[in-house]
Amino acid sequence: MINARIHVRFKSGVLDPQGTAVKGALKQLGFENVVDVRVGKLIEVKLNVEDEKDAKDEIKSMCEKLLANPVIEDYSFELSV
Amino acid sequence: MKCAVIMFPGSNCDIDCYHVLSEVMGQPTEYVFHKEKFSPGDFDLIVLPGGFSYGDYLRAGAIARFSPAMDSVLKAAEAGRLIIGICNGFQILLEAKLLPGAMKVNKDLKFHCHDVFLRVDNVETPFTGLYKKGEVIRLPIAHGAGNYYADAQTIEKLEAENRIVFRYCDRSGNVSDAANPNGSVKNIAGIINKQGNILGMMPHPERASEDILGSVDGKRLFKSILRCIEGRTTIYGR
Repeated sequence: MINARIHVRFKSGVLDPQGTAVKGALKQLGFENVVDVRVGKLIEVKLNVEDEKDAKDEIKSMCEKLLANPVIEDYSFELSV
Repeated sequence: MKCAVIMFPGSNCDIDCYHVLSEVMGQPTEYVFHKEKFSPGDFDLIVLPGGFSYGDYLRAGAIARFSPAMDSVLKAAEAGRLIIGICNGFQILLEAKLLPGAMKVNKDLKFHCHDVFLRVDNVETPFTGLYKKGEVIRLPIAHGAGNYYADAQTIEKLEAENRIVFRYCDRSGNVSDAANPNGSVKNIAGIINKQGNILGMMPHPERASEDILGSVDGKRLFKSILRCIEGRTTIYGR
């Protein structure tokens, strides 16, 4: 069994409305050092696969087909057993 | 004109679209369930209605895009059938890559449910033939994710090919930031594909097709479609 933690976030250059709102709230709370906030998604997938290479290929395909929208989002993931 | 309204789990404007097409327009109309398939020749017009298909989980339209009925929609699209995606239907068309770009949540993170003014920028489409170029119309919007985005290159192409059909504007037709309800790039409210048979729009023409609803500006869209389809019938004798 392999666990994948997939991060999906807006591409740099794509304005993130949630990130902008959270940034405003943090500033208002006095966190003056905040320069930028991006809000993304964390998706955890359990895979019934033994080989790490196979898992990598499968997760990549999932991201490209469904989990991320390449027009506005980037993804990255890490695998663990 | 044979019409289909696709019903996804979570669609909620399907009945309105069906009502306008069958009762107001008097056209034979059928519901197509998301698990059903159909042939490209079965319908002249296919409507992807508004709503919250699959709860808008992941991204609006992302899961509906893989419904069995969408395979048939893709084939009908290729065959040149007329397809209109309204609101969630537009989001599904984007996710299905039948139209370019993507939707983000509204810039102010609020759900916008009110009338907007739109400038009709392209009247040379099967969907807008009965409007005047530059005409200002009023239609309702009701969405949380209507913030249209496409990269600069895509926008340039859309503009060069005259594929931006509707833009948010004020009552005098000025396309301005103040008249932009959701943050859409270039105030885009509706676009069409290059072939000219697939229209996606966030505003709801089906909610403005009867006097009792306060505006009939949307009805001309359905009338335009009918005129186009009937015209084809006389030309090609189909």
